[in-house]
Amino acid sequence: MTAEQAILINSLPRVEGCDFHPDWVDEIKINKSAVDRRIASLAGRRTVKKKWQAAWLLKAIACIDLTTLSGDDTEGRVKRLCAKAKNPVRPDILEALGFDTMNLTTGAVCVYHEMVETAVAALKGSGIPVAAVSTGFPAGLAPLETRLAEIKASVAAGAEEIDIVISRRYVLTGNWRALYDEVKAYREACGEAHMKSILATGQLGSITKIAKASMVCMMAGADFIKTSTGMEGVNATLPVSLVMIRMIREFYEKTGQKVGYKPAGGIGTAKLALQYLVLIKEELGDDWLTPHMFRFGASSLLGDIERQLEHFVTGRYSAANRHSMG
Amino acid sequence: MNISEIYKTMSYGPAPEQADYVHDWLNSHDQGFKLFINGEWVAASSDETIESRNPATGELLAKISVAGAEDVDRAVKAAAKAFPSWSGLPGHERAKYLYSLARLIQKTARFMSVLETLDNGKPIRESRDIDIPLVARHFYYHAGWAQLRDQELADQVPLGVVGQIIPWNFPLLMLAWKIAPAIAAGNCVVLKPAEYTSLTALYFAELCQEAGLPPGVVNIVTGAGDTGAQIVNHPDIAKIAFTGSTGVGRYIREATAGSGKKLTLELGGKSPYIVFEDADIDGAVEGLVDAIWFNQGQVCCAGSRLLVEEGIADRLIEKVKSRLNKFRVGDPLDKTIDMGAIVDPIQLERITALVNKGAEEGAEIWQPDITFPTEGCYYPPTLITNVSPSNSVVREEIFGPVLTVMTFRTLKEAADLANNTRFGLASSVWSENINRALEVASMLKAGVVWVNSTNQFDAACGFGGYRESGFGREGGKEGMYEYLKPAGEWGSEKGNLVDSPEPTGSAPKGFGIDRTAKNYVGGKQARPDGGNTRVVLNADGSIAGRVGDGNRKDIRNAVEAAFKNPGWSTTTAHNRAQVIYYIAENLSAREAEVVDRLVSLTGVSKKAAKAEFDMSISRLFSYGAWADKYDGQVHTPPVQNVALAVHEPMGIMGIVCPDVMPLLSFISLVAPAIAMGNRTVVIPSERYPLLATDFYQILETSDLPAGVINIVTGDRDVLADVLAKHDQLDAIWYHGSADGSRMVEQQSAANLKRTWVNDGRARDWMSVHGEGRRFLREATQVKNIWLPYGD
Repeated sequence: MTAEQAILINSLPRVEGCDFHPDWVDEIKINKSAVDRRIASLAGRRTVKKKWQAAWLLKAIACIDLTTLSGDDTEGRVKRLCAKAKNPVRPDILEALGFDTMNLTTGAVCVYHEMVETAVAALKGSGIPVAAVSTGFPAGLAPLETRLAEIKASVAAGAEEIDIVISRRYVLTGNWRALYDEVKAYREACGEAHMKSILATGQLGSITKIAKASMVCMMAGADFIKTSTGMEGVNATLPVSLVMIRMIREFYEKTGQKVGYKPAGGIGTAKLALQYLVLIKEELGDDWLTPHMFRFGASSLLGDIERQLEHFVTGRYSAANRHSMG
Repeated sequence: MNISEIYKTMSYGPAPEQADYVHDWLNSHDQGFKLFINGEWVAASSDETIESRNPATGELLAKISVAGAEDVDRAVKAAAKAFPSWSGLPGHERAKYLYSLARLIQKTARFMSVLETLDNGKPIRESRDIDIPLVARHFYYHAGWAQLRDQELADQVPLGVVGQIIPWNFPLLMLAWKIAPAIAAGNCVVLKPAEYTSLTALYFAELCQEAGLPPGVVNIVTGAGDTGAQIVNHPDIAKIAFTGSTGVGRYIREATAGSGKKLTLELGGKSPYIVFEDADIDGAVEGLVDAIWFNQGQVCCAGSRLLVEEGIADRLIEKVKSRLNKFRVGDPLDKTIDMGAIVDPIQLERITALVNKGAEEGAEIWQPDITFPTEGCYYPPTLITNVSPSNSVVREEIFGPVLTVMTFRTLKEAADLANNTRFGLASSVWSENINRALEVASMLKAGVVWVNSTNQFDAACGFGGYRESGFGREGGKEGMYEYLKPAGEWGSEKGNLVDSPEPTGSAPKGFGIDRTAKNYVGGKQARPDGGNTRVVLNADGSIAGRVGDGNRKDIRNAVEAAFKNPGWSTTTAHNRAQVIYYIAENLSAREAEVVDRLVSLTGVSKKAAKAEFDMSISRLFSYGAWADKYDGQVHTPPVQNVALAVHEPMGIMGIVCPDVMPLLSFISLVAPAIAMGNRTVVIPSERYPLLATDFYQILETSDLPAGVINIVTGDRDVLADVLAKHDQLDAIWYHGSADGSRMVEQQSAANLKRTWVNDGRARDWMSVHGEGRRFLREATQVKNIWLPYGD
């Protein structure tokens, strides 16, 4: 964790949410072709090269929720992941970048409830929070009591962040009030833990529904809105991200509350990660370019960034086996 | 700044596109570029050169030649020499050359992008991602038309040598828009690029050599306005295609009047950008960036007038301002900028002066607090509020990154404000309600309507303006027609106009009660304003009767009647067909009378008169049939989008009829015009006006709404002159003398109404050239409505 993170996490005001305003949902208009064109042209309008690229890639690392969400996770696997979270980049590369004193870590480690204790223990003293996926992840169709109990159990086990999944059926049927009530209940169950609200955007059917679900989750008090579980057919995309962060901007303009953003799934390359950072900078501003406000949900992204950083330092294309496994 | 500091600020650094290899090419031409004539590089006759500079830095890029009269003549001769064999090639052979050019453009795309950006100042993102890909697409698309011309345009032939003059804002793209359709159709061209931006055209000439294009098919002559004038006025050029300012377009219209040169003009604009309260506001804001801050606003179809529904105006303006506060203006070769350099210091001065003038008139000028280079030609993105349609910044085309904002209350007011301009090139409509968007689209007087988008282009979708934004279309099949003509359309001068016989001074007996032929205006017979009449003689010199001697006020009243009855233009095609069939029905009932009239007036045999009459009835049936069959098209450009190419009526048309076959020629001209929904002011045959005046009662009994056909009798050219000078008229068809044709073209320059004249030649009204699509094309203009979709 960098000095910056230590100051930010758990010290900035939480998102409190607000009452349910159905008109804030009804008034949302999204034109998908306009969204697509903005994304298509942005890559040509902004880019970072050379040392700027290196610095931005380091920022991307600081924003990664290093994730393992697999049925075959074991304590050993999670411990190895936590070790990687604490030391994401080879020390000689960081030294060459003049970044060795910055205590670079990933933003969090993200696991299932059963692995929370292991991760908390492994990360003890590092300041890296553990995030737990919850509420019957990924489908969210467990009994409500079970879902709420799962949140509480993970918080009790030491998770500082809870990634909940919303009930997609409320979005698909336009039952916004029910969605609001559900997410608000989750938020209460989270207590002090920060809550990320996963929309499962790939299952919501239209970009307008994604925007509306984003707004409802923020009204209900989500600290972050997050695209996907990583298990849907389509996970995070740049156009969906543009729509969601524009909703974050809208909510900020309405309430003064800053909600964070987490795209998850499908972000595997350094180049794509930079496009996300550019998008955040242009549409939300520099305030969101911190681990407190922005995360990548990713497992393979870090490996590609490490190779790019080594290439920047040496001028030689790197190989995967030169970097430690997570 | 070290990496840790950048990590904290998350700032952007420079990201320049590599340009050294382009400079190498320029350096290899440091002696200056010659002219490309007959497939070779030829020195200009004079030593005069123009310096081509990089507007971002002022750096000298190259010296280009100035072609004089002798050089232009040499180029025209080369093109004329190449024409027979080039136009005689099978379509497939021409297609292979165009295909080869398209491939070469793709293979050299990055080089050309960098060269374009160096020369013009536009961001490398635009030249790389927009201009050059569209150039390649244009050649591919037209390689297709070269291949298909023999089948799909079999009744058409190419024109010959075509002179083309292009502007500096999209140098290579405009070259492609001009050259690709011209040579696909089988023409040979002499093209003059703009003097600020000739370099990609000169590189293109090298590609023509590499593609093995036969010498003389493409000739490129550089120079400024004088060189352009040499092309415009060259007698051996069959057509001029021009893209540029409305002022120069008007000059070209005047200069080519009466020359028989075909003409397409793609001119200026002041395009509206309409945002309704149910629009995706963020989408509309980013759309504005692509509308008016694309290519520094130096775009003829730039959405320069924002019209926003009053209730959301403040919110939209705030969002535009926040977007502009993040704008990056700078080195066009840098890949992190939104906007580059203005093309030339002269243009920069013009923009500055116009904005200052607007401020003096009370406009509020807002510019973001951003940094941009102090050296070079830069102007910040600018937002102007507190303006009304009377402000010069709202009326004049600024051709710079300057947006004016006005509000509206209702859909109708939005359309009225949008149309409150002399231009009519393009428009954008933002609404998530498709009913609303399409209704506005139908109301806008513009050649292109982009729904929820802006500045979309494709070779398959014709582009061009209404009103003073010019005429003709580029792209699509309609664009191909601009470089073709129907084979054998015109006859000689004989048999077009007919002189009166020596009068014998007496009327034949037995005609019953004297009938008084007046004008026909607004559905009523109207006495001529001057109170005078003129004698109409029979073929034997006896008096057939008298008709009104119309004057300028009669024309004024007739145009006014057409203007005040717009319903015909929006009624259903089925309705129009019904009325035209009804006219045929009622005319048919008066066969004996009309045939007698034709015999006595024109002196033809009864058999010939009967043939003319029968053909007239048939022709009415033809246009009754066509009324609901001359449909538009649905284009599918290579984005998720449909583009509806709608055939719209011109509006109000003046129609000046010849003498020959006075009934048939009158019907052959008026029927297609009204079938397509135009309202008309018709000057019937000067020699035989009674055929038209006899027609009044038929019109009155055929359910034709008032104001659709207005008829003024009198001196053909006196009345045509008034029509040509009438700025409410959208188009004029003239069949008369060569001098009259010249006059009509010349006088039409003021409002750039569409003209179709016979140059004194005759048309065989009984033949295939007497009716059909040719007439319908001249009676309509194409509006392309782009409808992107997705949810």
